[in-house]
Amino acid sequence: MQKKRVVFNYPSHLVDQPVISKLVKDYDLTVNILRARITPKEEGRLVLEMEGKRSALEAGFNYMKEIGVDVQPLAQDVKWYEDRCTHCTACISVCHPKALDVDRKTMEVSFKRDKCIACELCIPVCPYQAMEILF
Amino acid sequence: MAKTIEEINEKIRKGKAVVLTAEEIIDYAAEKGVKKATQEVDVVTTGTFGPMCSSGAYFNVGHSKPRIKLGGGKTYLNDIPVYTGLAAVDFFLGATAMPEDDPRNKIYPGKFSYGGAHVIEELVAGKDVRLTATAYGTDCYPRKSLETYISLKEMNEAVLFDVRNAYQNYNVAVNLSDRVIYTYMGVLQPKLANANYCNAGQLSPLLNDPYYKTIGIGTRIFLGGGVGYVVGSGTQHNPNVARTEKGVPKMTSGTLSVKGDLKMMSPKWLRGTSYTGYGVTLTVGIGVPIPILDEEILKFTMIKDEEILAQVVDYSDAYPQFIPGSLGEVNYKQLKSGKITVQGKDVPTSGLSSYVKAGEIARILKEWIEAGKFFLTQPVELLPSVDSGIAFKSLKERPIKKRH
Ligand code: SF4
Ligand code: SF4
Repeated sequence: MQKKRVVFNYPSHLVDQPVISKLVKDYDLTVNILRARITPKEEGRLVLEMEGKRSALEAGFNYMKEIGVDVQPLAQDVKWYEDRCTHCTACISVCHPKALDVDRKTMEVSFKRDKCIACELCIPVCPYQAMEILF
Repeated sequence: MAKTIEEINEKIRKGKAVVLTAEEIIDYAAEKGVKKATQEVDVVTTGTFGPMCSSGAYFNVGHSKPRIKLGGGKTYLNDIPVYTGLAAVDFFLGATAMPEDDPRNKIYPGKFSYGGAHVIEELVAGKDVRLTATAYGTDCYPRKSLETYISLKEMNEAVLFDVRNAYQNYNVAVNLSDRVIYTYMGVLQPKLANANYCNAGQLSPLLNDPYYKTIGIGTRIFLGGGVGYVVGSGTQHNPNVARTEKGVPKMTSGTLSVKGDLKMMSPKWLRGTSYTGYGVTLTVGIGVPIPILDEEILKFTMIKDEEILAQVVDYSDAYPQFIPGSLGEVNYKQLKSGKITVQGKDVPTSGLSSYVKAGEIARILKEWIEAGKFFLTQPVELLPSVDSGIAFKSLKERPIKKRH
C-alpha cells in the first residue's frame, strides 16, 4: 500500500463529472479530500491524499491525465520565498520531515520541496510570511 | 599601550585600520595572543537582526494648503493609526500599531499580517502609502480632512526612533502546558516540544561589551542598513543581573535606544514581522563597532557561544503570571546545535533572531570601516553599568479611590 498527496487541476467541463467516485470504485483507492475549490463553469482544484496499491495509484493517475486533469505532487504548492526568508530558523523545530532544514555550520536555512508533506505547520510559525501554501 | 578613538579614526582615514567581526576575532586572538591581537586589531564589528517591538518612527509630512492640524483628530498611514499628540504635522508611528478593524485575537490565533512595522518597511522600500486624516479645525489650521499618497522622499523628516533595541541576552521560551501557545517568542508547542531563543550570541553587540565600556550616547552604528546613533540606554536597561565570570549577563539585561535617518535605510534591514496570535513587530538590523582600546576590551570581544548562558522560561505560566525562576541554564552553542535538554528531556530549538543576517551586518560594517566610509565616535556618556544602582521595577498597583 502507498500513500500519495496530490493536486488535481480540473478543466471546467470535468467539474460536474463523478471522476473521484470512479477512482474509488474502479481503482480501489481510498481518497481523502484535504481541500477543494470548485466553482461551476470554472476550473476546479482538489488536494487529496490517496491510498492504494502502487499499480492502482499509477493507473488512477493515468486515468485522470487521460481525461484531461492536471496531476501534480502536493509539494509544488508549498512555496518558500527565499528572498523573504531571514534564516531565523523559527520553522526548523516544527518541520519534522526536515523539508525546511538548517546547515548548523552556517546557520543557513534551505527548503527541499520533495520532503514537504504540506502539513502547514510552518505557515503560522514563519514571522516573515516566507512560507505560503498556494491554493 | 592603550589606543584612542582618534588614533583608530586616523587609521581608518588612511585605509589602514584592521577590522575583524566578533566571530573572526575569537580564533584570531586565540592564535595571536591577547597582547599582540590588541596591538593589531583596531575594531571588532558586531551584529544582530531580530524582532524589536519597541521600535517606531517619527515623521514631519509638510504643511498642506490650506493647513491642517493633525493633533486632536485621527491620522493613519495605510490604515494604521499614528500618534499625533505633537505639533501640527509631526507624528509617531509605532511598530506594533495595527489597523483599528484588525480582528486581533478574536479569531484565535490572530494573523496580524499588517501593522506599523510593515508601513515602515514599505516606506523604506520607496513605496507610496496612504496618508488619511480627520481634524477638528482651528482658525489657523482650518482644514478638517486629508487624503493623499505620500512617500518617504516627499517628507521633511523621517526618523527611526527605537526606545528599546538590541537586548543583551534573552530568555529561552518553552511551553509546559498541554496546549499550543502563541507568544512574542513564537509558537510554542505543548509539553516542552520546542524551545525558542532570540539572540545572536557571540555576534551580539552588547554581549561583546558586557559592561558598556565603549558604547554610550552618540555611538555611531549600523542601523537598518544605514547609519544611526545610540541615543542612550534603552527602556528596561538593567545592568545589575547575575553575570558569568567573564562579565556576561546570564539573562536579559542591557538595552539600547537608537535613532537614524529612515531615508538612508533599506527594507532588507527593517522587516515588518507578524507573530501569529501575538501581534506585529519590526525586525531591526543593528551593528555596533567596538573599538579595541585595550586588552580588557579585546578579551570581552573574544566571547564565544558556549560561554554565553541563557535561562529557560515557561511561557505558559511563569512568564504571564510574572513568577520568577528558571527551568535551567543553557548556552548558545547548545541552542544553535538544534537541541537542548530541559528537565531531562531533549527539546528541539529554533531561533527568532537570525545568526546569518547578524553575520552579514557585522561584515557590512567591517567593509564600511575598511573602505573609510564609517568612522567611530567617542560617546558623550557611557551607558549606565553595574555601578549605576539601577534596580528593575515592576508595577505596583494602587487601587484608585472611587469618587462619590
Ligand atoms: S508544510 Fe510542513 S513539511 Fe512542508 S515545509 Fe512546512 S512544516 Fe515542513
Ligand atoms: S521561519 Fe520563515 S524566515 Fe524563518 S527560517 Fe523559516 S522560512 Fe525563513
